[in-house]
Amino acid sequence: MTYLRPSFRHPEQPINELGFTRKDYEGALSTLCAGCGHDSISAAIVQACFELSIAPHKVAKLSGIGCSSKTPTYFLGNSHGFNSVHGRMPSVATGANLANRDLIYVGVSGDGDSASIGMGQFTHAVRRNVNMMYVVENNGCYGLTKGQDSATADVGSASKKGEPNPFEAIDLASIALQLGASFVARSFSGDREQLVPLIKAAISHRGFAFIDVISPCVTFNNNPASTKGYEYVRDHLAATGTVDYVPFKQEISTSYAEGESKAVTLHDGSVVQLRKADPELDLNSRRSALRLIKDYRAKEQILTGLLYMDEDSQDLHEIIGTSKTPLQALTEAELCPGQKVLDKLNDSLR
Amino acid sequence: MKPTDVNDPEYFHRVVDCQYACPAHTPVPEYIRLIAAQRYTDAYMVNWESNVFPGVLGRTCDRPCEPACRRGRVEEEPVAICRLKRVAADNKANIQDRLPVIPKKKNGKRIALVGAGPASLTVARDLMPLGYNIDLFDEQPAGGGFMRSQIPAFRLPESVLNEEVDTILDMGVVSHFTHYVDSLKALLEQSDYDAVFVGSGAPMGRDIDISGREAADANIHIGINWLASVAFGHVQAVGRRVLVLGGGNTAMDCCRTARRLGGEDVRVVVRSPFEEMKASPWEKEDAQQEGIPIYDNHVPKAFLVEDGKLVGMRFEKVKAVYEDAKRQLIPTGEPPVDMACDDVLVAIGQQNAFPWIERDIGLEFDQWQLPVVDKDTFQSTLPNVFFGGDAAFGPENVITAVAHGHQAAISIDLFCRGEPVTQRPPPGVTLVSQKMGIHEWSYDNQIEDDARYRVPHANLDQALSDRSLEVELGFDAETAFHEAQRCLNCDAQTVFTEKLCIECDACLDICPTSCLSFVVNDDEESALRQKLRMPANNPDQAIYVSDNLATGRAMVKDENVCLHCGLCAERCPTAAWDMQQFYYSVSKAGEEAQP
Repeated sequence: MTYLRPSFRHPEQPINELGFTRKDYEGALSTLCAGCGHDSISAAIVQACFELSIAPHKVAKLSGIGCSSKTPTYFLGNSHGFNSVHGRMPSVATGANLANRDLIYVGVSGDGDSASIGMGQFTHAVRRNVNMMYVVENNGCYGLTKGQDSATADVGSASKKGEPNPFEAIDLASIALQLGASFVARSFSGDREQLVPLIKAAISHRGFAFIDVISPCVTFNNNPASTKGYEYVRDHLAATGTVDYVPFKQEISTSYAEGESKAVTLHDGSVVQLRKADPELDLNSRRSALRLIKDYRAKEQILTGLLYMDEDSQDLHEIIGTSKTPLQALTEAELCPGQKVLDKLNDSLR
Repeated sequence: MKPTDVNDPEYFHRVVDCQYACPAHTPVPEYIRLIAAQRYTDAYMVNWESNVFPGVLGRTCDRPCEPACRRGRVEEEPVAICRLKRVAADNKANIQDRLPVIPKKKNGKRIALVGAGPASLTVARDLMPLGYNIDLFDEQPAGGGFMRSQIPAFRLPESVLNEEVDTILDMGVVSHFTHYVDSLKALLEQSDYDAVFVGSGAPMGRDIDISGREAADANIHIGINWLASVAFGHVQAVGRRVLVLGGGNTAMDCCRTARRLGGEDVRVVVRSPFEEMKASPWEKEDAQQEGIPIYDNHVPKAFLVEDGKLVGMRFEKVKAVYEDAKRQLIPTGEPPVDMACDDVLVAIGQQNAFPWIERDIGLEFDQWQLPVVDKDTFQSTLPNVFFGGDAAFGPENVITAVAHGHQAAISIDLFCRGEPVTQRPPPGVTLVSQKMGIHEWSYDNQIEDDARYRVPHANLDQALSDRSLEVELGFDAETAFHEAQRCLNCDAQTVFTEKLCIECDACLDICPTSCLSFVVNDDEESALRQKLRMPANNPDQAIYVSDNLATGRAMVKDENVCLHCGLCAERCPTAAWDMQQFYYSVSKAGEEAQP
């Protein structure tokens, strides 16, 4: 088995605004099973960060435990990383974000990590609108422990050598919508044309950006009876539309008829443009998103694409009014301003 | 585009750039792996089967393989293929028991070979094991042709040449040395040869006709004749100041030889710009390292003679002007340059000459007085006379002569058996999976980052004082191993099976050089090439197109910078990708034609 990626790259490979090539955003060689959807998601993150010209040292990758949570090793090798306790990534991310609001936070979790052991953690990070991208690599099974059904496995879906799952599935996208996530999307690891612009939009969004990515487990859950295998997902895929991410400096060149297209300007000036496939979708309405998810599921279809976003959302820092300077950058003089200030504060409380 | 037919042997043959570029199509990656495994004798025999003179070629080959090497497209320099070949030759054990058995009972056919150079010797090497009787004629006292007369001993030790020539002569070739064939007519009429092969080379050096040429004749020497005289010991000294005219490899051999025969101020003077000189870059470098300056853009105008003796030469300075890809040398108008000298060596090209072939025996010559020879069969217009090497199409090199020899031998064998020479046996091709385990290959697929290793040279003072001391010392075993590890194993082919692919994109994500794409096919190749993840901008390199997959897309691979690292196959969950070793061996005399 090969443990080292060859260092040669295509001699004509593109260079981004910072002078970096895609290689500068790669990580170690994956040790996941061959064909794992997670590797495609890692590649999409690499591509998105390269295209956004993000300085690698401005990114913190956070994860819990599981196949999904191993993946931060396989992308952004020059960024910060924290591999936390099982299901506890949201707390670590919240803490890190409070300490340094200047970094870009990329949380990577799985269906076990977020929908089972870390469910309580996940919900609170959502409702606090922590400014981060939260990706769930959702394969409907516990791949690291031989493929038992997870809490996101659909009723009736059966994994390799498994019985049909008797329990109702947790839909993390619906839960995120209900709990106030300000950016919700669903995608498929085998659809990089959709996934890369979604990741770019999620990273640029201020607030909690949730992407549920269906990511087949080739080893345990890629059989005909599973609803999370490559073949089933491809056959039952529907999209809310095509997402284009247009950076701030670039002019929007294409125009679409009213009603077919929606352009959303983000806080940094970049634009997310959605060419709608379903005119029913109202990108600013949680109710519309929740209804569409249910409608499509009733048709045995998986609705992917951008489902909801609130471009004017207030993130955790704005809600609680923290210092504009990252806490970690404050000096002792600012943190301990002295007796006079303390006395003044005490007086104001009398 | 139609899906690629990988069962066509020529498709994967093209992917093995080095082998494809080699006129004899030596399976380069195969022998490089054997060298890395220290199986030098096996590596030598892979070479010997294909190019007959591994020891000679490992030192003197023009190496068309190296500019073609894929490694040169992903980093600075190609694999040192030529010098690795030498390692096999230097370290091999006795090969006697591996040589073909020469039948005691002959087949009754008699062949005459004119000239004992690489082409003729290759014909002998291929036909002797089939039971032919072979007579070999050469005007020189020993075999080897221009490998002996023109390549100086400091580049090719006599012992190396003798060994490889003798391997063939010892098969039972009846050699007639110091025997100049002065009439083809007589050879055909007086003897009962079933076929004659002409491998007499391009034996005439071009002369220069400028003022003073006649008066200075005693000190003006034609390069190839002079080198031959040195090789056979007739010339042992040269003047202190020597000018060498010409910019090819012969000029480089002349100047370096002159340095060893007493030339202290030796200069190469060439008409063209330095970059356009015909000599191989490494030969120019070697000459310069021996303190020989190269004056480019100097056109010879006159030999300067005083008291009937050569004292110098006059040159006009020019510059190259390019118009419509045509080059013109325009005088710069600067005053002429005079250079003092005692001797001049003229190495401005060589020509074929066939004064010994009568023009009335039915053998056609073209307007340039070259025989009319078929490019594939090497047959002349006289059906029983075949040509090869420089004699066929003008001056080339050793490896080309060898390639000609193999093909001519096939033709001669077919001709002698009464079969049409155009029905040629197909190449031998195998394509075998290299999978050993779930993520394990039978070849070392790890790509090493090492830069090209330099071959150590002998001490300059010692080299210049001894004409026969070999300058290049060759790689030692350890350096050879590291250099061999630079080889990308381009014969380990990526073979794709459409019906197994589940389009998980794992191969795409892992491919270090972004060679792979899943895209909707296009009618136009040029359009499809632009649709790939990295546009396939090298038109010399093929693209591998699959049939349509379940999603309606096709897998398209740009072969250009594929590292053959096998990661696509390693990350493929369904073994839709497989690494399969492609072995291509050029057909040989005696093999059966396709039914």
